[in-house]
Amino acid sequence: MSDALAPRGLGRALETFGAWALAIFWVAPLLYCVWTAFHPPEYATKFVLWAPLSVENFVKAWNAAPFARYFLNTFALVTMVLAGQLVLVTLAAYAFARFEFIGRDIAFALVLVQLMIMPDVLLVENYLIMAQLGLVDTILGIGLPYFASAFGIFLLRQTFKGLPKELDDAARVEGAGVLVTLWRVYVPLARPTYIAFGLVSVSYHWNNFLWPLIVTNSVETRPLTVGLRVFTAIEQGVDWSVITAATLMSCGPLLIAFLLFQRQFIQSFMRAGIR
Amino acid sequence: MSKARATIYGWLLLGPAFVLLAAFTHWPAIATLYHSFHSTARRNRPSVYVGLDNYQGMIDDPVFWQALINNFWYAVGTIPVSIGLALLMALWVNEKLAGRTWLRLAYFTPTVLPMIAVANIWLFFYTPDYGLFDQIRGLFGLRATNWLGEPGTVLGCLIVMTIWKEAGFFMIFYLAALQSMPPNLAEAAAIEGCGRWTFFRRVTFPLLMPTTLFVLVNAVIGAFRMVDHVVALTAGGPNNASMLLLVMIYDVAFRYWDVAYAATLTVVLLAILGTVALIQFVVLEKRIHYR
Amino acid sequence: MTVSKFGRRGFVAGGLAMAGAAKLAAPALAQGQTRLNFYYPVAVGGPITKLIDTMCADFERENPSIKVQPIYTGSYQDTIAKTLTALKSNDFPHFAILLSTDMFTLIDEDVIVPFDDSDQAWIKSFYPAFMENSQAEGKTWGIPFQRSTIVQYWNKELFKEAGLNPDVPPKTWADQIEIAQKLTKRDASGNTSQWGMQIPSSGFPYWLFQALTTQNDVRLMNPEGTRTFFDDPKVVEALQYWMDLSMKHKVHPTGIVEWGTTPRDFFERKVAIMWTTTGNLTNVRTNAKFDFGVGMMPFGRRGGSPTGGGNFYVFKKANAAERAAATAFAKFVTQPERAAQWGIDTGYVAVTPAAFETQRMKDYVAGFPAAAVARDQLPLAWAELSTHDNQRVTKALNDGLQAGLTGAKSAQVAMAEAQREAQRLLRPFQR
Repeated sequence: MSDALAPRGLGRALETFGAWALAIFWVAPLLYCVWTAFHPPEYATKFVLWAPLSVENFVKAWNAAPFARYFLNTFALVTMVLAGQLVLVTLAAYAFARFEFIGRDIAFALVLVQLMIMPDVLLVENYLIMAQLGLVDTILGIGLPYFASAFGIFLLRQTFKGLPKELDDAARVEGAGVLVTLWRVYVPLARPTYIAFGLVSVSYHWNNFLWPLIVTNSVETRPLTVGLRVFTAIEQGVDWSVITAATLMSCGPLLIAFLLFQRQFIQSFMRAGIR
Repeated sequence: MSKARATIYGWLLLGPAFVLLAAFTHWPAIATLYHSFHSTARRNRPSVYVGLDNYQGMIDDPVFWQALINNFWYAVGTIPVSIGLALLMALWVNEKLAGRTWLRLAYFTPTVLPMIAVANIWLFFYTPDYGLFDQIRGLFGLRATNWLGEPGTVLGCLIVMTIWKEAGFFMIFYLAALQSMPPNLAEAAAIEGCGRWTFFRRVTFPLLMPTTLFVLVNAVIGAFRMVDHVVALTAGGPNNASMLLLVMIYDVAFRYWDVAYAATLTVVLLAILGTVALIQFVVLEKRIHYR
Repeated sequence: MTVSKFGRRGFVAGGLAMAGAAKLAAPALAQGQTRLNFYYPVAVGGPITKLIDTMCADFERENPSIKVQPIYTGSYQDTIAKTLTALKSNDFPHFAILLSTDMFTLIDEDVIVPFDDSDQAWIKSFYPAFMENSQAEGKTWGIPFQRSTIVQYWNKELFKEAGLNPDVPPKTWADQIEIAQKLTKRDASGNTSQWGMQIPSSGFPYWLFQALTTQNDVRLMNPEGTRTFFDDPKVVEALQYWMDLSMKHKVHPTGIVEWGTTPRDFFERKVAIMWTTTGNLTNVRTNAKFDFGVGMMPFGRRGGSPTGGGNFYVFKKANAAERAAATAFAKFVTQPERAAQWGIDTGYVAVTPAAFETQRMKDYVAGFPAAAVARDQLPLAWAELSTHDNQRVTKALNDGLQAGLTGAKSAQVAMAEAQREAQRLLRPFQR
């Protein structure tokens, strides 16, 4: 935006310095991860320039837990949740945006309740429900409470409401049904909102810990976060070398993906509905 | 479309989402309320109605008050700073600073690192004497500090971690909003001799208000939900100095098996979140002009 | 939630292939297959899971009618949480390893059954210290399996530097202060570069504190688990001693000392003497780049340590055949030869005196004398703090200890408050 008002001279130098100083602090944990993961344990707390390199920590971490499986579980979980959310949220948001139905305001208020009261807060009751449904220790059980996202409904409703109603009518005139109109007209136009919501959803479930910890029991269902907790159980003393190697292995793919696609990612995100 | 048809369509579309909402939000919330008025079943002692006993017990429980106060400071410490930093980051990476791509990536990294995994890395940062912070402080001849082991510093340490985790994530939203602002605004302002700060205060910031609201909602939720690092690092210690509400609920429910008391605490958390939501959507929405 | 505690990962000296091990006197089992779910508190994939897998396979070979399915459930805390929730569903464990201190909780939840007392020879074969929190109401509810105690580790090089005899650790409480003072190094500005000793106090300080109270000759609870004695003057005195180490004598770091980084502090020569679990033996042996000693902790009024670690429990939901099969498994893995090998492979204390009499254990101890320290301390050991509503009572004590150690309260006040809270919690059980 502000090329015309961009800082110059000393101000610019200072701001660049500030930005970089902050960035170094922000990336410090990752830098430490890389340093420690690639060096023998003696160098976990000492930073000597010519310390010998080693990949042994990765071998140890890899053998200590089925990371490939955990990664797969997390991937399945995140994909499933996002897919479920997109479908349910689209339908609900459309109903709120374009239909004046009886009970709409109450229904909308009831949806907004979940904006603040997420399933995480209702751990105990939700566990009991999952046990009754027989969904404890399943990936579906981790994801199901999040399928109907009030956040998504709220966001998408705003976007849908912002679209001109004439588009709707035009489609109707051509004989398109409700779902066809939604699919052909609304969904494509709301793409930026979907991307914004997708980011929130993926990062939330990628990082979610407490609920999956409670509801999973086995390797076949545990997501990465719960698997990584194995290394944070520190009764034998922390082994930073192995922990960092495990962290890098499990977060590496996502980091690399962001590095490669960040330009496209920000650009499509840019036009998202929330502004 | 007639009202009757609209109602049928409306509820059909809303149905699937509503069923799940009812099953995993409304029903559990009501069940929580119900359980908070009953005792926990134990051997030979089935659950009975106890009125407000659980609430009385909670009011008498000093740990509850401490958790509540801690959670208040945790929210006050994390919300404004993480939003402010997010905005600052967004402004920086929106400009053509040297290495903009790398800056963006650096600010964004915490988002992909699960808190439970980085907790141990931060443990190294905070370790007295040879931990990273103390190594740096040592260069200036400062004394070693037991960051996580003193009641006075532990909550601050956890707040720093939360800010670190959240600011980069919020930055993305601000960045998206900034990039979609018409550049001619700044040009016009420059021609009129408007300063950079004035422009930010009078134009940019008000235009970012909807984003700020959006981010604020997320930050408030985070202040009550982000407890993974507390669980991993301090478990609420030392002597409850870092105890937060959700950590306490987890302890009471899954360590002490006191379902009734856990429900009572949950009701309090629900009440807080509900009130915050109400304030945000009633008061703030009036002031913000959606486009 | 505290992290699970006590050692559980050791290095693997060799497999558990013990061909020709004594044949098990298998009880009469119901015809057909008996399938058992066995919850085990360890992370998936570590060396211990391989040992357990082998153990189950060996057991199945000798008892073809029984199938044991080990399920690795993470830390002790996670395991008991999962056990209690799973027992409410249809997919439940038949037996499990859980903390010995969970006994009263499990009795109160009405989920475990006592072991058959008919085989008294077996029940009596364990160290009495381990049986203290395995028995209640005249019955045996738990069978010791992966058990540990606390010992002191010291850095012999730092002892030499300080002009001390590297082979003699502190023998008494008074001794300990004197030696730790010599081992504490400060620079001109008052910054401490090396501490004399440290006792970790994060997460579950009550366990290490119990070493101090045991040495001060005072019990923390009655055997029935219905009363605590946190405000006993000797308990207060023990806490005062711990507080004095850092506040008065300045030989121990101030504030809460992190359990997880304590071994690393030791490796980094930041501290000369540390108290921690025997379960850390293998870790120290692998990572300490200096000569170190392992010994019994010093004597106050007496010597000693609390025991720690996990027991076998059999659940009520299992039917008669399943209970019998689970008991048979517990018998199988605690016979002397197997218990000895288990101790050697993992660093846990072998649970019976007979295990220490086996040739294999004798050879091991001869090559690595530190392994015998825990055994020698056992006759002085007492049961770990365990009461009804155990987690909460323990938390009351933990909070009191941390309040004292961070200087928020005096030892007297902190323990009085902990006692009051514990008393409140235990009142329903004092019929």
